[in-house]
Amino acid sequence: MIALLLRDLKLAFRAGGGFGLGLAFFLIVTVLVPFSVGPQSSLLSTIAPGVLWLGALLACLLSLDRLLALDWEDGSLDLLATAPLPLESVVSIKALAHWLTTGLPLVLAAPFLGVLLNLPAPGFFWLVISLLIGTPAMSVIGTFGAALTVGLKRGGLLLSLLVLPLYVPTLIFGAEVARRGATGMETQTPLLMLAGITAATIALLPFASAAVLRINLR
Amino acid sequence: MSIAAKANALWEYANPRKFLATSERVMPFFWVTSLACIVVGLVWGFFFTPDDYKQGSTVKIIYLHVPAALMAINCWLMMLATSLVWLVRRHHVSALAARAAAPIGIVMTLIALATGAIWGQPMWGTWWAWDPRLTSFLILFLFYLGYVALWEAIEDPDTAADLTSVLCLVGSVFALLSRYAVNFWNQGLHQGASVMRAAAVTGADTEEKVSNIYFYPLLLCIIGFVLLFIALVLYRTGTEIRARRIKALLARERVNG
Amino acid sequence: MTLTVTDLAIARGGVPVLEGLSFALHPGKALILRGPNGIGKTTLLRTLAGLQPPLTGQIEGAEDQIAYASHSDGLKPTLTVVENLTFWASVFGTNGIQTALDAFALNELSDRHAGNLSAGQKRRLGLARMLVTGRPIWMLDEPTVSLDKNAVQMFADAVRAHLGQGGSALIATHIDLGLDGEVLDVGPNKAKPKPIDDFDGGFL
Repeated sequence: MIALLLRDLKLAFRAGGGFGLGLAFFLIVTVLVPFSVGPQSSLLSTIAPGVLWLGALLACLLSLDRLLALDWEDGSLDLLATAPLPLESVVSIKALAHWLTTGLPLVLAAPFLGVLLNLPAPGFFWLVISLLIGTPAMSVIGTFGAALTVGLKRGGLLLSLLVLPLYVPTLIFGAEVARRGATGMETQTPLLMLAGITAATIALLPFASAAVLRINLR
Repeated sequence: MSIAAKANALWEYANPRKFLATSERVMPFFWVTSLACIVVGLVWGFFFTPDDYKQGSTVKIIYLHVPAALMAINCWLMMLATSLVWLVRRHHVSALAARAAAPIGIVMTLIALATGAIWGQPMWGTWWAWDPRLTSFLILFLFYLGYVALWEAIEDPDTAADLTSVLCLVGSVFALLSRYAVNFWNQGLHQGASVMRAAAVTGADTEEKVSNIYFYPLLLCIIGFVLLFIALVLYRTGTEIRARRIKALLARERVNG
Repeated sequence: MTLTVTDLAIARGGVPVLEGLSFALHPGKALILRGPNGIGKTTLLRTLAGLQPPLTGQIEGAEDQIAYASHSDGLKPTLTVVENLTFWASVFGTNGIQTALDAFALNELSDRHAGNLSAGQKRRLGLARMLVTGRPIWMLDEPTVSLDKNAVQMFADAVRAHLGQGGSALIATHIDLGLDGEVLDVGPNKAKPKPIDDFDGGFL
């Protein structure tokens, strides 16, 4: 299992691995926001938590179609499926690798981008906390979407269509934490809900992902 | 007849041929009664009920809005049930019924959203508000779109049935989660679900209940929509079965060279 | 471990392709799988490897015994030869990739990235991967594609060595590998179409 994780991390960091693409996308989206809504700092600081959450979500989405497709194309998935490793672990490891290479960098970059959007001072802590708790769920849900569409030739767009509605609860609670935090409101309830959703998806969704992957490998 | 025997009798309809024969026999009944219910309900509702003292004649869009909204949700529940049957018992008719129902659900969701917007404009002064109920229906619409798109994208019918069934199960959980999330996120303008509450039926005096004058034609419309939905699902499932059969025949030709 | 297949029927994309297939693969033996294109050789190998369920019939002695090599090699172009092999060795819980490197003369390529190998070298690496799985039954699908004469010989030697150690192999190939294995021709097992009146059958 650790071998698979290490391999995926190694692949992500080597040439053409796509590491940093999501991060660059996150940066660009954030930079484009003031161009589209105007430079008033009061407006920017109001929308900053939501915009940063949406940007992180889209950046996460961007790399999903590579998550399983590459292993599918070169036959690695066939071999992994016949290996003594349960497919549930394989998809969980894949999701973890995706989070480490995409989600975690987004979490770490978010405060710097928050500066660009005049995020109010108390908001930084809650933005990072909410993203830290919310992004793992996005990787796990994304892995499910990737497993659903892995056999399709042009699955990328379909993958977005399938995954985005599944992101709704995470986005709502996550952005709510960040927004409430930025305005100094109580954040406990949405934070607990967000953590609950993340915990439940991590615990249960890999079974669904493995099931659909098995169907796709037939 | 024992319960077990009855259950077995139900599974006989999993045979496509038996399903087609039976559905063709009962379909005319569903078409006629559904049309009758809807026509009578709408005429009764539109012309023979008074205008609401607050909402005026706009209230009458309720005869389309509420049944469509109910069917939009129940259609997904039906798809969930048939998906489960497919996953557990591998009856092709069940998977095809789920596939056949999805576009009907989309149309019902659209009707509910459109009539809601038309109703909301004079009442709330806006075509659209990010009210929890409206938002939930919009999210439901997205789930329907994804479901249909997945069916369309996969060539092998059994694989498509398997994958869409799992998506339907997972989607149901997330749709429910979204519903709670959206409720939490915005408390909203929309009144509560007033039709099916016991208070509305018994006529207990609450602010939001649908009064009896509107209730009976509305009930008729709801029954009409349910019957219409059944007729449409039977009809479309029949079409799906025939399309599958043609595909199977073509594949057979190819194999035989 | 003997692999026993009894009255197996398999389908590709929901369409039955082979039926009534029975054979046994004993330790130390190779079976050469023959049959016209499209008959379902790949489907058979995937079914035996456990990647898809059979329509009917029994497969015994396959559980966790099979190493399956498809048309594609499962190699990562940005990993070196050693890294690729080490990864598969640890996934299958074995160690020691040296035997595999030796068997396919990959020693001098060991630090090259798999992406920089020629097609034949890649193929050799893909087959070396069979060795590091430590599984006794090999399922090989057209293993000699893009191999030159020398490499084919190398491959045949590796299979022979594997058989000598009590392993077995089921190989779908059109060329003569010079292995003393029986030939399993699946041509006569082509699935006959069910009568169309049998609705559920015709429906599939």
